[in-house]
Amino acid sequence: MSHAFVEVQQAAKRFPGATKTSPPLTVFENVSFQLQKGEFVCIIGHSGCGKSTIMNALAGLDQFSDGSMVMEGNEINGPGLERGVVFQNYSLLPWLTTLENVRFGVRARWKNWSEREVTEHSMKYLELVGLKDVVDRKPSQLSGGMRQRVSIARAFATKPKLLLLDEPFGALDALTRGVIQDELVKIWTKDQQTVFMITHDVDEAILLADRIFLMTNGPEARIAEAVEIDLPRPRNRAEIIKHPNFYTIRNYLVDFLVNRSGDLRVQEDESKGLRYPTSVNPARLNDPDENSTPQHEEKLVKFTPKEIRHG
Amino acid sequence: MDRTTTEWKLSLNLRAGLLAVVILALLLGLWEGLNRAPILGGGAELSEYEMLLGGADETARVPPPSAIMVRAWEQLSDPFYDAGPNDKGIGIQLGYSLYRVLAGYLMAAAVAIPIGFLIGMSPLMYKALNPFIQVLRPISPLAWMPLALFIIRDAEASAIFVIFICSIWPMLLNTAFGVAGVRSDWVNVARTHELSSLKTAFKVILPAAAPTILTGMRISIGIAWLVIVAAEMLVGGTGIGYYVWNEWNNLDLTSVIFSILMIGIVGMLLDMSLAYVARFVTYAE
Repeated sequence: MSHAFVEVQQAAKRFPGATKTSPPLTVFENVSFQLQKGEFVCIIGHSGCGKSTIMNALAGLDQFSDGSMVMEGNEINGPGLERGVVFQNYSLLPWLTTLENVRFGVRARWKNWSEREVTEHSMKYLELVGLKDVVDRKPSQLSGGMRQRVSIARAFATKPKLLLLDEPFGALDALTRGVIQDELVKIWTKDQQTVFMITHDVDEAILLADRIFLMTNGPEARIAEAVEIDLPRPRNRAEIIKHPNFYTIRNYLVDFLVNRSGDLRVQEDESKGLRYPTSVNPARLNDPDENSTPQHEEKLVKFTPKEIRHG
Repeated sequence: MDRTTTEWKLSLNLRAGLLAVVILALLLGLWEGLNRAPILGGGAELSEYEMLLGGADETARVPPPSAIMVRAWEQLSDPFYDAGPNDKGIGIQLGYSLYRVLAGYLMAAAVAIPIGFLIGMSPLMYKALNPFIQVLRPISPLAWMPLALFIIRDAEASAIFVIFICSIWPMLLNTAFGVAGVRSDWVNVARTHELSSLKTAFKVILPAAAPTILTGMRISIGIAWLVIVAAEMLVGGTGIGYYVWNEWNNLDLTSVIFSILMIGIVGMLLDMSLAYVARFVTYAE
């Protein structure tokens, strides 16, 4: 039995209760999902459902209370260069210039490269995000959008196998956000990396993702559904809204976030099963001829200890 | 920044400078004026007693600024003369003091910054060492002097030890504070890039904490310069502290005031030089 590129199985995060006798607070539990190689997956959910914990655990910066995480057969148990992270608050080192910040990542990734190779490689990625004219500025002299571009350039320049984006555009205005989304699509199309991204923006998720994970509200949250976005690529913001399925998908997502994310939480029956999130294609929901079982569930294939190489 | 603000800034500096000169002139004028010996007998004939005194004042007065300026000119035009143990130029005395301060201060930095790093990085070390620091820190550095003299048996080295012990604490605590306060985001950047602990310390934590460490170093050099004067008054021999006390024993108040002024100026220069260094490690977030 072969496994997907990244597999998370039955992950849970619990915090101890306020007093010794009170029950622990379960943020989420029984979260299982797979990421295929080269896939762009967005995860949407209300605040407090544990999205960031899942992301930080994948990055190796946080730990699940329960469950396992495997990437290419290796258990994830700490941060690593094969997983790049773009943080919401950019996390650039303020004492380094733009170029030095990108070089910081490249130098860490390829330790035996010469200074020139490191600089050339860094410059290539800064050019991709349109920042080659401000390479000598410090982050404090850049706008929020430019800082996030540096952060994206730093993450992509190290060519990680899995890119983790934690609400990268959350702090940006809508116009800047659109421009950087286009840049992200461009750079992703070029490198075909696997991307896992948290977002609160439904339109952004539709534009970027192959699949969108929908989380129910916390506490005791879980990933309820995996919505497939099969709009043709390459996508761009102007064209995608004209596609006949766009609003079907959008309405489905908004309906989930507004109405169903709260209701689903109280449905205990599903949350205890050992299964991946229900796969949904909103565009085919009302078209029974094409797909008689639009919502199909996959049973979880549990890891055997032999399949996980430690270290 | 547009033209008007620059002009405004210039004129502000200019006006502040002018005001400072006015205040200085006013203070010096008052000092000079109030210290003048009264004209004896109100211009009338001198009494027999006054004649005996040769017209001199009955009470000793603080020397006026004019006398101090004359003394400053004498001293500064030949700062490095050496006419025996009790008669050395101001430059030589300041040189001795600076040597002691810098020797003690650099040794303190070499000890305080690594230990501060350790305490800042490790909550265990912080909790273990904190009681020692809290007890040792409030001790007046001069209280160590007898013990230092007994153990080291050398006045010169004891003075340096006193400087060492007094400048260690601000650097230690500021380093620990700066290191512990490094934003976890930046440490996470190091972690996701698989930096070794040593590389993380030098490439992320040190630059991030450097402004706080430099602040500690500035506080320390200030304290060291305060303490050296008192320490040299005790150990004697050489140095600006000894010079002040020696001139007091000589009842040469002009020299005492002149050397007080020099202590202030050298202290300011020490602080300014560290402030200059701090500019290179400061960053804006």
